[in-house]
Amino acid sequence: MKKYLALREIYGQKLVELGKNDENIFVMDADLSGSTRTVLFKNQFPDRHFNMGIAECNMLLFAAGAAISGKTVFASSFAMFETGRAWEIIRNTIAHDNLNVKIVSTHAGISVGEDGYSHQANEDIALMRAIPNMQVLCPADALETGAMIEYAAETKGPMYIRLSRETFPVLFQEESYSFTPNQAKVLKDGKDVTLIACGRMVDFALEASHKLEDEKISVRVLNASSIKPMDSEAIIESARKTKLIITCEEHSIIGGLGSAVIELLSDSYPVKVIRMGLKDVFGQSGKPQELFKFYELSTEDIIKTVKENLQ
Amino acid sequence: MDRNGLEKQCLEVRRLIVKSVYEAGSGHPGGSLSGVELLTTLFENFLKFDPKNPKSDSRDYFILSKGHCAPLLYSIMAFKGYFPVEELKTLRKLGSRLQGHPDALKLPGIEVSTGSLGQGFGVAAGIALSLKIDKKVNKVYALLGDGELQEGTVWETAMAASHFKLDNFCAVIDSNKFQIDGSVETVMGVEPIKQKFESFGWECVQINGHDLKQVDEAYQAFLSHKSGKPFLIVADTLKGKGVSFMENTEKFHGKAPSPEEFEKAMIELGEKAL
Repeated sequence: MKKYLALREIYGQKLVELGKNDENIFVMDADLSGSTRTVLFKNQFPDRHFNMGIAECNMLLFAAGAAISGKTVFASSFAMFETGRAWEIIRNTIAHDNLNVKIVSTHAGISVGEDGYSHQANEDIALMRAIPNMQVLCPADALETGAMIEYAAETKGPMYIRLSRETFPVLFQEESYSFTPNQAKVLKDGKDVTLIACGRMVDFALEASHKLEDEKISVRVLNASSIKPMDSEAIIESARKTKLIITCEEHSIIGGLGSAVIELLSDSYPVKVIRMGLKDVFGQSGKPQELFKFYELSTEDIIKTVKENLQ
Repeated sequence: MDRNGLEKQCLEVRRLIVKSVYEAGSGHPGGSLSGVELLTTLFENFLKFDPKNPKSDSRDYFILSKGHCAPLLYSIMAFKGYFPVEELKTLRKLGSRLQGHPDALKLPGIEVSTGSLGQGFGVAAGIALSLKIDKKVNKVYALLGDGELQEGTVWETAMAASHFKLDNFCAVIDSNKFQIDGSVETVMGVEPIKQKFESFGWECVQINGHDLKQVDEAYQAFLSHKSGKPFLIVADTLKGKGVSFMENTEKFHGKAPSPEEFEKAMIELGEKAL
């Protein structure tokens, strides 16, 4: 039985932990502190948590200002509004000036569920990845989330960290896990096909790989939690080994992880790459599991895609 | 600096604005000329800064939210010793530190890159918030245009600055009544500016932005105010002030003078052309 944890809860807890040792940490939120869980920081350090109201653009401008005066700022809202509405501010002010602002968005992707398309950001990776200076990270489980938040706090410069509303199964163990920036870890080795996944899809990819083993299909699985910069070595090595790559992301097939992999391999080691993601469509209301099936992103869909493309 | 000194300095700043935009072949003279008294007075008599140590902890912060008026800021910075006056000739040219809009990564003394309207105002407020939380006495100043007030984030920032009681923050509106497409009134009216900000919870004064005495008094009023509110100076100004054919028109919002116009402008500003 898998154990599930909410990444945003870990985010809030980690902020509190960091805030105890570092008075320079400011946290900002846009009226969603209960949902993003920055409320945990607010409860401990009310003087260093700022609710900016329903005004994501202004939140990020204030975040930029606080960073200029020496603060490490974590600014949170839902991915749609924070990366979407405030994109130009992120681009022109935060990223250009290389400011120490960590944009940690929750509720990315279709797994937002019932709230529907208006709240499901399936374009945020594309939006953030296109901006110079911006690092883009997407954790696959709770432990990785905590490690990324720590890394963000100790690393200067702008960063986008993509979290979800849903709880994620625990994939990694404290004893064996360490976060290395710019690294795509090989979670399972294999020789027939490589699944490169991020976020919630990492678990689906692992499940699919185990089921495929039963059918004598050897699957390699990569956790591409560092989307930018990307671990080109690990991806090119996978392309060499398996010749076929399937990318899995809870994001549009335009501009996200799949696009990043294609851009890399097209330049350095062209092999067939199949992108699994939202096929240039908006999401809709429904239960997360129903939506993963509807948009053909479930474990079964990965299995099917592997088989179709290995023939 | 006394009144006489400031008057001379303002005239000199105007010459440098026109010269540098002419040399560049493009740029924004109109809104640069309208803000001369406002910014010269601030840099000469109020703002605390050290050109040799631009990141000094004790500095006040100035942010040019109307970033297109970079020639105004650069001219004053050159006078204050941030870089040689000669360097103004590189404005807008490849490899120059004097980018078309201020670039914090290229030019020491620029706190934040601006150019996208409305953003500098919000960043300035964020700096003010951080200073206030740290109980520091440094002040934060921002210069905005009146057309800039059409940007929605300006009002988000106005609301938040009031909410957080940023009384260490002074915003100056260079209200020259023109924007690139025409008069502010015809493009998208922003008046009454003072009443709007007052209703947002700001302490406001309205002055003639070319009257050095009034400008001086307005900054004094900011430094002595005890309202606990953010402070706004609405300065009524003349677009293109000092060069007759640039005055009161949008024509020179974003256009360099021709050689003939340049000659004429320099004569009006009391100097033979280069």
